[in-house]
Amino acid sequence: MTNWIDIAALDDIPRRGARVVKTRQGCVAVFRTAEDEVYALDNACPHKAGPLAEGIVHGSSVTCPLHNWVISLETGQAQGADEGQVQTYPASVENGRILLDAAFLRTRQVAAE
Amino acid sequence: MTKKLVVIGAGMASGRALEQLFDAAPGEYDVTLFNAEPRGNYDRIMLSPVLAGDKTYEDIVIHDSAWYEEKGVTCRFGEKVVAIDRDAKTVTAANGDVLPYDKLLFGTGSNPFIIPLPGHDLEGVIAYRDLEDTERMMSMGPDNKVVVIGGGLLGLEAAAGMAARGADVTVVHIMGHLMERQLDEAAGYLLRKALMDKGITVKCSANSKEILGKDGHVRALLLDDGTELPCDLLVMAVGIRPNVALAAEAGLAVGKGIHVDDQMVTSDADILAVGECVEHNGAIFGLVAPLYDQAKVVAKTLLGEEAQYVQKELSTKLKVTGCDLFSAGDFAEGEGREDIVFRDPSRGVYRRLVIENNVVVGAVMYGDTADSNWFFGLIRDKTDISDMRETLIFGPAFQGGAQMDPLAAVAALPRDAEICGCNGVCKGDIEDAIAAGSTDLAAIRATTKASGSCGTCTGLVEQVLAVTLGDDFVIPTSQSICACTDMTHEDVRRMIKSQELKSMAAVWQECGWKTPCGCHVCRPALNFYLLADWPLEYQDDPQSRFINERKHANIQKDGTFSVVPRMWGGITTPNELRAIADAADKYKVPTVKVTGGQRIDLLGVKGEDLPAIWADLNAAGMVSGHAYSKGLRTVKTCVGTDHCRFGTQDSTGLGIKLEKALWGSWTPHKVKLAVSGCPRNCAEATCKDVGVICVDSGYQVSVGGAAGMDVKETERLVDVHSEQEAIDVTVAFVQLYREHAKYLDRPYKFIAKVGLDWVKERVVDDLEERKALIERFELSQSIYRKDPWAQHVQDKAQTYQPLADLALEAAE
Ligand code: SRM
Ligand SMILES: Cc1cc2nc3c(=O)[nH]c(=O)nc-3n(C[C@H](O)[C@H](O)[C@H](O)COP(=O)(O)OP(=O)(O)OC[C@H]3O[C@@H](n4cnc5c(N)ncnc54)[C@H](O)[C@@H]3O)c2cc1C
Ligand code: SF4
Ligand code: FES
Repeated sequence: MTNWIDIAALDDIPRRGARVVKTRQGCVAVFRTAEDEVYALDNACPHKAGPLAEGIVHGSSVTCPLHNWVISLETGQAQGADEGQVQTYPASVENGRILLDAAFLRTRQVAAE
Repeated sequence: MTKKLVVIGAGMASGRALEQLFDAAPGEYDVTLFNAEPRGNYDRIMLSPVLAGDKTYEDIVIHDSAWYEEKGVTCRFGEKVVAIDRDAKTVTAANGDVLPYDKLLFGTGSNPFIIPLPGHDLEGVIAYRDLEDTERMMSMGPDNKVVVIGGGLLGLEAAAGMAARGADVTVVHIMGHLMERQLDEAAGYLLRKALMDKGITVKCSANSKEILGKDGHVRALLLDDGTELPCDLLVMAVGIRPNVALAAEAGLAVGKGIHVDDQMVTSDADILAVGECVEHNGAIFGLVAPLYDQAKVVAKTLLGEEAQYVQKELSTKLKVTGCDLFSAGDFAEGEGREDIVFRDPSRGVYRRLVIENNVVVGAVMYGDTADSNWFFGLIRDKTDISDMRETLIFGPAFQGGAQMDPLAAVAALPRDAEICGCNGVCKGDIEDAIAAGSTDLAAIRATTKASGSCGTCTGLVEQVLAVTLGDDFVIPTSQSICACTDMTHEDVRRMIKSQELKSMAAVWQECGWKTPCGCHVCRPALNFYLLADWPLEYQDDPQSRFINERKHANIQKDGTFSVVPRMWGGITTPNELRAIADAADKYKVPTVKVTGGQRIDLLGVKGEDLPAIWADLNAAGMVSGHAYSKGLRTVKTCVGTDHCRFGTQDSTGLGIKLEKALWGSWTPHKVKLAVSGCPRNCAEATCKDVGVICVDSGYQVSVGGAAGMDVKETERLVDVHSEQEAIDVTVAFVQLYREHAKYLDRPYKFIAKVGLDWVKERVVDDLEERKALIERFELSQSIYRKDPWAQHVQDKAQTYQPLADLALEAAE
């Protein structure tokens, strides 16, 4: 069951940008695309844990700021020749507010412990 | 016995419902129809053609008095229903009449939303909803100025209609592009261009602040940025709100609209609702197609028949002559979605399909919408498109046919488009030369001089040859910027200049980009080209910059940042050093290092602390050192005449002056300078992008050195006598580099391409050109010579913080 929690206004993130949400187990990066879709992923690149929230967002991908791996925001999968995947979390927008799934974030915490 | 049906609102939805009702069961109901407007049902959609002068009100009446008479409808037009007593089952009209009903139907439509700006109640501020509004707009002619707030469907139809009558119309839109809910950026760009061609002024990303009046009448609209737009009439077309007040007062369940179930029945079994006033499954409505579906259902429900309203896909078209656009479905990027983009710059055509699981889920088209119904059908029917995927974008006629044409952008250029900037050669001149027998690059160079100077337009000249000669000319392959385009950096830069492309969306469309919004390779390059060529018109896009330039600090391998304040010419003071030391303590900076650029680096600062540490450094008089930028980095100096026994000129002073002139400017790659006080060259000036060596007779300015991945000694540009000349030549050189170099080419690579002689001609020999270069640099610096740290501390500090902190909540 989803248990949506209100995180912030959609406009708090620029289009083609990202901000992080802090959790006890490190940061989740919340992305907003040019088309106002939001995605939530672990803020750590599968390559060397680069902070994905600082990358350049294009289409529904982000390019890691450290060594340019391109990560799909939908699947968390590294694109092209690179291999690896980041954890993704349910995220949605309702009435201009960004919602994340509390239950999922908690599972993440358990998994990390 | 005939039952009594009272209908509130004679709009398009209730009108269609009545038609259905009378067709199915004439005489079943005795109908009384109230309408606040002093007329019956007319085609509201067609108000735009009426406004534009293509139709008259008589043409758009749907139900005339003969129709109402024939159906036995009691019409109470110009009368409002003011109250409902659900227990007694009566309605009260404005004049106090109380009428009983068996069934009550709401068709009250919606109200235009009026932004409560100061001055919104002035005379001359109107919405666009009914015939009165339309007539008001029709009174605007060539002597009138009009402002329309809202760049959506309604606003643009209003603007185009008034412009067609000769009025001077400005559209003010808050978002970055027009019709953002139906169109993506590229289509929005084309639409804007078409409207500007009709003489309409379009201002996007514009925030209205206040409506100014005089003697109770609107006089002008004031924007956030201080701009005043004078107007005789101000039309607000910013959205609609379902008209629910009466229903809410009567105690019906109301959310955004009047709640109805699948049978269009409200929370009261004897009261139904239809049209824009309803909310069904969380959705509200603003187009007639769904309202007509609802009308069918409501008529059946009134007759006690089974029926169910189901929401369907919607499509949008704009009713403005010459602007063919279409959008349908959902074109947001999303889970497992993929785009197919087709652009034909020569015809101004843009098409984009969004595909999910082999089904088209969304479509945006501009310019050629002939196939829109076919695509809409694919969306509605969820057709499996796997078999036609490759050619899908070309539409039904082209199945198995056309290919994208990499030459389309150049083919589209008008004859007067300048191809060679150095020699002022237009496309037409080259075409004429080809016609006269110059059929290869060398011949074109010889006859027209095109591409004979700096050579950066070579790619475009070759493409003109290919377009003109067809298969007879084979273009040597050259490297495109990235997979998003077939064009090279040089081609795109020339297009930006000669076609006056001033936005990213403009470049994507006119240069035939193959992706909807570029990638991490092309976007930073385009962002630089646009801001360098159009400093006033183009707005820097932080989202197209690498993180270091977006956050004005260097990202480190662990995600922390380094902070390097400017030390002008390498000079510092005890106070500055104390402030740096205090900041290092306060923010627990793990490493403090002296850089190779004569200043101090604070390494390992947390992203969240950046605005605070900058504010502290700003307070001590220090600004960003741009150690992260493709822009001016450092100007190294030696001690010069102030202290050194060999110094010939004030090298430290000149270094500081140069740094103060150049700081803040963005360049294709980083730019580093040095000034040494004598040929012993303690500042290592001869391996910098620009190096100055002071000598007794003046200053030796040299350029194009390197000491990074390549090592290269500078070449002498010129020897000058005065300090001012040294500064002028340097600034002019940097501007020439900004205007012509490829993104990520350091000056030595740029010079290798264009030749030092070409540079000298412009910067040294041609004093007019030197002056013009300096002027253009200063114009750009009027925007960019500002401390980004101070700006971010002021406007953006919040964005450096996490969006939310769930660490506490998760602990529970
Ligand atoms: C801090 C500093 C090293 C130091 O501790 O002294 C430094 C640090 C970096 N340099 Fe440098 N360079 C520094 C002086 C130099 C110099 C010497 C100089 O400026 O006199 C050079 C050779 C001169 C030159 O630029 O040609 C230099 C040549 C490079 C290059 C190669 C450039 C080239 O065109 O070949 C790069 C890579 C690049 O820019 O693409 C680079 C890139 C970098 C980056 C930004 C790598 C990166 O992209 O993350 C380093 C950032 C480290 C960090 O995490 O903060 N750094 N770098 C120096 C800062 C100077 C300053 O005060 O701004
Ligand atoms: C300029 C313009 C262009 C448009 N273009 C398009 C288009 O191209 N395509 C498209 O699909 N849609 C278009 N629309 C939208 C479309 O016209 C509406 O969706 C449709 O008219 C709504 O019908 P309705 O019956 O729900 O409401 P309306 O047509 O608004 O009818 C409601 C009526 O109820 C009356 N009323 C309200 N309260 C009371 C009361 N208490 N007592 C008595 N009467 C009351 C109002 O006066 C009004 O006449 C356009 C709209 C406008 C204004
Ligand atoms: S030489 Fe420059 S880029 Fe290389 S490790 Fe040192 S600081 Fe980093
Ligand atoms: S850490 Fe992301 S690409 Fe290396």
